[in-house]
Amino acid sequence: MGLDMAYDTDDIAGAVTEIIAEQALVDPSEVSPGSTLAELGLDSLGLVECIFGIEERFGITVPFNANTPDQPEFDISSVGAIISEVEKLVARQAA
Amino acid sequence: MRRVVITGAGTLNPLGHDVRATYAAMQAGRCAIDRLSCRDVDRLMVQIGAEIRDFDPLLHFGRGQLGLLDRFTQIALVSARQAMGQAGLEVDEALSLRAGVVLGTAGGGNTTVDDNYRTVFEDGKNRVHPLVVPRLMHNAATSHVSMEFGLKGPGLTISTACASANHAMGHALMLIRAGLADVMLTGGSEAMLCFGGLKAWEGLRVMARDTCRPFSRDRSGMVQGEGGAVFVFEEYDHARARGAEILAEVAGFGMSADAGDIVAPEPDGPVRAMRAALADAGLTPAALGYVNAHGTGTAANDRIEAEALGRVLGAGLADLPVSSTKSMHGHLIGGTSAVELLACLMALREGVIAPTVNFTQADPACPVDAVPNAAREARVDVAMSNAFAFGGLNAVLVLRRV
Repeated sequence: MGLDMAYDTDDIAGAVTEIIAEQALVDPSEVSPGSTLAELGLDSLGLVECIFGIEERFGITVPFNANTPDQPEFDISSVGAIISEVEKLVARQAA
Repeated sequence: MRRVVITGAGTLNPLGHDVRATYAAMQAGRCAIDRLSCRDVDRLMVQIGAEIRDFDPLLHFGRGQLGLLDRFTQIALVSARQAMGQAGLEVDEALSLRAGVVLGTAGGGNTTVDDNYRTVFEDGKNRVHPLVVPRLMHNAATSHVSMEFGLKGPGLTISTACASANHAMGHALMLIRAGLADVMLTGGSEAMLCFGGLKAWEGLRVMARDTCRPFSRDRSGMVQGEGGAVFVFEEYDHARARGAEILAEVAGFGMSADAGDIVAPEPDGPVRAMRAALADAGLTPAALGYVNAHGTGTAANDRIEAEALGRVLGAGLADLPVSSTKSMHGHLIGGTSAVELLACLMALREGVIAPTVNFTQADPACPVDAVPNAAREARVDVAMSNAFAFGGLNAVLVLRRV
């Protein structure tokens, strides 16, 4: 079942990439770990939708507030940074 | 042109159950933001808000009538009674045809919707109370106010999210100017501090978890509140002829649409609305003595609003007090600009400017004199009240001392 399933890191990276690509209206192959959300054309609303998609997919709660530009609790500086934050949250959830 | 003045004011909001108590709280810089008490609050990520405390509807309404009144309507009726009491209007047959109501609300009977969805979806019942529809409809407050006072002229409700009350009051002004009415009860109310109403806002990720700190560098978002205010707008000669006490002149109104983003603010629309309101009042920006800001406490709003004010005021912005009373009463969504107009009236009539509380540190991106933390005495002849809604719909009112 969804919440009990153990994700390996490839699954997480792939799923996060898919969610971001869907919001950015691009093919997942165009999204690399080094991509920034701005480069992908995602605005703040798109970002909030990505976070929602990630939470729903992994059954986690992402500590994200759109008012805090540097997001000390959840690094959104690149796709790779987001993947790594999600991996941490999923690991914490499983622990 | 027919001039329009305010001859009565009433309110029910987290800072007080009438205008006097609200002024006292604003002058003391009291913050009404606290832990929420709604059902299932433990399932909310954001558990703070500004509630109206110690309000017993049964002291104001009979049990039979109360079944028809969502909380947003109760707030409007209580406020309207105070305003009519102060105005001292005798509504005879002739006046009843020349008097109307225009109120603002964003969520209407949101609590009624929430309660009845719970009944059918969560409790699995297949029957709801027969009067759900007349309770939840957005025009319920307007209709009940018109019924209570026998106001048979224009009646309508305006819903433009966080600018609803300002849009409503601006339209009341225009209706009287246009000769369609001599008296309008106007303002707005909101009551969506229920699980669904709060959960929807939570989803936007713009809510603060500590408190509301408009224009402060460490601000972390908005905080929801509930409440409203209602005013008696009256044609100037009509008010003078009956010897009414005039609280202020509603001198100007301006509105605009960003036609940009559904949530992200931008300065152009607010600049045009402020300039339009000043032009409508026949005033220059230099005449302003106080601005009640929209000042939600979100990173984006406060920065953009400061930029817009800078474009309108130029160098004059440095010397102009600009406070956000949302720091005290929270964001009352569709009713917020009605309560905020009280801060403008207080500045004009009592010579006291309400502060922006919870302010810790100036933000270089918001170069305004936010009147941090303590009320300030000042003679104010002209005050402006800003409201900039989601959807990019902007409404600005200008009040002038008479």
